[in-house]
Order: sequence, then structure tokens, then C-alpha cells
Amino acid sequence: MTYPVLEVRGLVNRFGPQVVHEGLDMEVREDEVFGIVGGSGTGKSVLLRSVLGLQRPQAGTICIEGQDITQLSGGALRAVKGRYGVTFQQGALYSSLNVLQNVQLPMVEHLVALSPSARDELAMLKIRLVGLPADAARKYPAELSGGMVKRAALARALALDPRLLFLDEPTSGLDPIGAAEFDELMLYLQRQLRLTVVMITHDLDSIFRTCNRVGVIVDHRMETDTLERIVDHPHPWIQAYFHGERASIHLKVAHGA
Amino acid sequence: MVLEVHSTEQGLALDLTGEWRALTYRQIDTALAAVDLAGAHRIEIATDRLAALDLTGAWRLREFVRQAQHLGAEVAFAGTPPDQLRLVEETLRPIEAAGPPPRHMKALREELRELPVEAEVATLTFIGRLAVTLWHDMLGALAFLGRLTSTAAGALPHPRGLRPISIARHVYDTGITAIPIVALIAFLISVIIAYMSAQQLRSFGAEIFVVDLVTIGVLRELGVLLTAIIVAGRSGSAFAAEIGSMKLNEEVDALQATGVDPFEALVLPRVLGLVISLPLLTVVADLIGLVGGAVLCASLLHMPLDQYVNRVSQAISASTFWVGIIKAPVFAVLIAMAGTHRGMQVRGSSRELGRLTTVAVVQAIFLVILADALFAVLFMEIGV
Repeated sequence: MTYPVLEVRGLVNRFGPQVVHEGLDMEVREDEVFGIVGGSGTGKSVLLRSVLGLQRPQAGTICIEGQDITQLSGGALRAVKGRYGVTFQQGALYSSLNVLQNVQLPMVEHLVALSPSARDELAMLKIRLVGLPADAARKYPAELSGGMVKRAALARALALDPRLLFLDEPTSGLDPIGAAEFDELMLYLQRQLRLTVVMITHDLDSIFRTCNRVGVIVDHRMETDTLERIVDHPHPWIQAYFHGERASIHLKVAHGA
Repeated sequence: MVLEVHSTEQGLALDLTGEWRALTYRQIDTALAAVDLAGAHRIEIATDRLAALDLTGAWRLREFVRQAQHLGAEVAFAGTPPDQLRLVEETLRPIEAAGPPPRHMKALREELRELPVEAEVATLTFIGRLAVTLWHDMLGALAFLGRLTSTAAGALPHPRGLRPISIARHVYDTGITAIPIVALIAFLISVIIAYMSAQQLRSFGAEIFVVDLVTIGVLRELGVLLTAIIVAGRSGSAFAAEIGSMKLNEEVDALQATGVDPFEALVLPRVLGLVISLPLLTVVADLIGLVGGAVLCASLLHMPLDQYVNRVSQAISASTFWVGIIKAPVFAVLIAMAGTHRGMQVRGSSRELGRLTTVAVVQAIFLVILADALFAVLFMEIGV
């Protein structure tokens, strides 16, 4: 029996009287790039926080590689957390550590067997892999440009060679060329390392460039389909999102018109 | 098991099995380290039974291959080498060609060791740097005071520019919420002074002077000094941390870009708020201190309350209370300036925030005590 990499069933999240998710289902398959889309305040970040085990939902199951993380705690939860990588919207690099130390931190926590010199080399490998110059390794987050912060965060997310990667708004705050480069990099790594990528994004360019399937959060639930089919979904918000002025150029390309 | 080793005529045949992943690194490392390379001319590596190979695993395999080649063995893969190995190779070769990877602290230490530095020169350099830093710190503080004064002078003609609501918030945060702890400490300190002096004075039959000691001690010195030290710990750190995290968050830049002077919006209300609240807190501390003295005199010396009150009014002169309270606004300015100044200096990292918050509190307490000593000399000179 093979499990989906990530499977969410009947997720319920409420804050007091405010309903965020009401029976949300989501399934992410191996080796795909899954995009999560939704208007502001529809609970994309809450969904990510639930899936990462940062907050416990009121109801529902969240299975990562077949293990329900809502039932786990302590060491078992920690072990699951070693199996995925995350980048946060603002990078969330540790400001008092340089890039090399940032990348090494997950290794120090999870891979006790690594010698310091092996850690250095592996961290450099990851830093090079995301396209950062070698001299960036000793720089502190405050000295990096926005694009470099995103890349360094990606290097840190890859520190433990996870099979599952979560990206929260990876291209926000980048110029279109920088965003395209980041998407290329992400796709390259996804193919080379056979990653499963779950990406929250607002960036239409990015969705059309990278995603295989898209989940849209509407009415506290998720509508999931392939990119080609989701654009024809009748829900008014989805129509407005994919058929707005900005989206039309992509649809023409996608439909070969 | 991640590795099966067989001997062949020319050397070894390695059969990689199972998961070669970062999380199984310990097994991989142990297994590869245990392979005896001595005398092996040819090493054949088969990867077809490998369930998974990630970059960490591939990197360790590459290290092994390089080690074997270094010892003169010939390494061959059965079939094509895994893609991951090629990826590691392509990524690492350019940096290795450029030189060894930065081994951060170690390399830094080696670089430092290579510098031809005489011990005395190093000490001299250290002292020189310290002096320059202190000088710059002083100039910085002076500039800060100057800017604060000019901002205040600019805002005074328009009372609205003083931001009364913001000041009120700081009076509440630094004053009202500090009343319980200030009252408790003032009570305990006056009880301690009364108790200790009662023990000494009893042998002379001069218990009545306990009242003088408590009254003058609390009103002139201890009330205001202890209040200032508590407030330095509470509010000096809060000022530095608040403004510091606003700096890290670029909120201060945002204010400035909107055309709001951060000195007017952030620094001045805090200074003025504390200038208002610290004297008021001192009054509270004085009152509670006197109450503490009365409680102890009544319970330990069996002194009736009316006698205590009588003695208090004989002990103090018209100036005793004012000598204490006049210091409060000065202390308030020193504490608020230390906090806000250090907060504004935060940049870059959360570690800086912690460091400068600590500096703010230590400096505020030091300045308060220094100023108190100067006041003592001043009051002695003018004879009050």
C-alpha cells in the first residue's frame, strides 16, 4: 500500500466564532508540484501551520507519508518534522547566524552523526545547489538581498534532503525576472531530487510555470484539480481569479490560442 | 544494512542496499568507514539494489570514492553512476577548484593566527579601540541629547506635537503598573532600615532616632533611588526592546518615510512619560516607606502612632522631601535616554537587540547612581 505524500481529511479550524476551514480535504501525490491558492483571509497560512504541526486543528486528520501527525507528539512528531523542509514567506532566517550556520542548524539538530567538517561540506553543497555564490556562506541575513534570502531559506529547507518541501509565497517580493529564476531553480531541484512540492502562492505566473495541480480554498473547503481543468471551475471566485485581466495571457498560452 | 562487501580477485565489490538518506547517515558513515581499503586495486560499486539515494548519501559515497582513489584504487560503477552523484560532483567541483570551503570559525582562527601580532601591540590596540569606542559612545549620547532637546523645543509651541495620548500611555505603562512593586520594595526597605537601626540604637536608649533615620533616609535618598532602579529595570529595558524590535521590523524607517520624526513619535513621548511618572512613583515610595517605618516602630518599639508622627515632623525640615523628589525627573531623563538611545542603535539581528537591551539597563542604573552621587555633593555644597 502506498500512501499519498500528504493527505488531509475533514480538516476543521475555528478561532472562536470565526470559521476558517470546515471539512477541508487535500491530497498531494508523489513528485508533483501542488499549488495552494485562495483569497486573503481564506486560511492558506492556517492550513500550512496545521500541516506543519505548528497548531492543532479542531478536527480532521493530516497524514504525512501515512502518519497522522495530529495524533503524534514529542519524539515521533520531531522525527516527522525532520522529513519535510519549509521556507517561510519572509525567509525566517535566523538573524544572528550566518547563511552557512543557518543551513547547518537542522543538521546539528537531526543528524548528530555528522562531523563538523562533513556538515560544512554538505552545507556548502546545498548553498551552491540553490545558486548562491560561495562567499554568501559567511554573510548574515541582514546583508543579503531579497532574492538571496529566498535562496538561502531554500538551502536551509533542503538541509536534511527532505522528499517533501513546503514553500510559503516563495516568489513574493521578487521582481518578475527574479521570480522566474526562482521558479526555474525550484523546478530543476524538484526534478533532480525528486521532490514533492507544496506551494502557497498568489503569483499567477508562478502557478502557470510550475504547478501540476492546484487546490483553491473557497467557502472553507478546497477545490482541487489539474491546472488545465481548474481554470474552468464554475465557482465565481475561481473564475474571477483565473479569468481576470492578468490571467488572460496565460490562458491563451495554455489553450494554445 | 546499507552495504554488502565482497572480496574479489583484484579488490572489493560493494553492493549498496536500502535507504541512503540524510536520516540514515549514521549507518552509512559507519559502514563505509569500516570498509578495509588496504590492498584493493579495483573497487566495483553496484547501486541497482539501492532503494533511495539523496544528496547527503551521495556526498558520503563521493567522499568514499575519493578516499579510495587517493589510496591508488580504481573505482568503477556497475552500470551508470547514480544521477545524484553527478549532481554533487557538478555542484562541488567549481568551489573545490577555487579553494577549500570556508570552515567558518576554524578558517577565521587560522587567518587570525597568521597575522603577525605582537602581544603588547594587541593590548595597546585593544585599549585604543576601547577608548575610541567610548569616545564615540559619548559623542553619540551627546548628539542624541541634542536631537531630543531640539525636537522637544520644536514640539513645545504646538502642544499637539507632544502627543499627549502617547505620553499618557507611557505614564500608565511605566508608572501606574509599577505601583505594586515599588510600594512593596519601599515598604520592605524601610522595615529593614528601621529594624537594623533599632537594634543598634537600643543599646544607647535612643530608639526614638529610628524615626529620624527612616524618615530622612527614605525621603532624601532611598525612596527615589530604589524607585529609579526598579524603573530602570522595568521600563529602560522595555523602551530598548520596543524601539529595537521596531527598528528590526523596519517600522522606524516606515515612520520616517511617512514624514514622521521617530524622535518626536517614539523617543520624546517615552522621555516625557517617564519624567511625569517617576516623581509620582517616588511620592508613593516615600509614603509607603514612612508607613513601613510606622509599622515597625509600633510593633517592635511599641511606639504609639501619634508619637511617630510627631517625631517625623520634628525630624524633617521643609526641604527634606524636595531634596529627594527633585532628583526624580533627572533620573527619569537618564533612564529614558539610555533605553531609547540603545533601542535606536539596534540593527541587523536579534542578538543585537538582546545585547543593547542589556546595555540600556546596566547603563541606566549606572547613570542613576552616578547622578545621585553628584547630587549628594551638590546638596552638601549648598548646605541643604
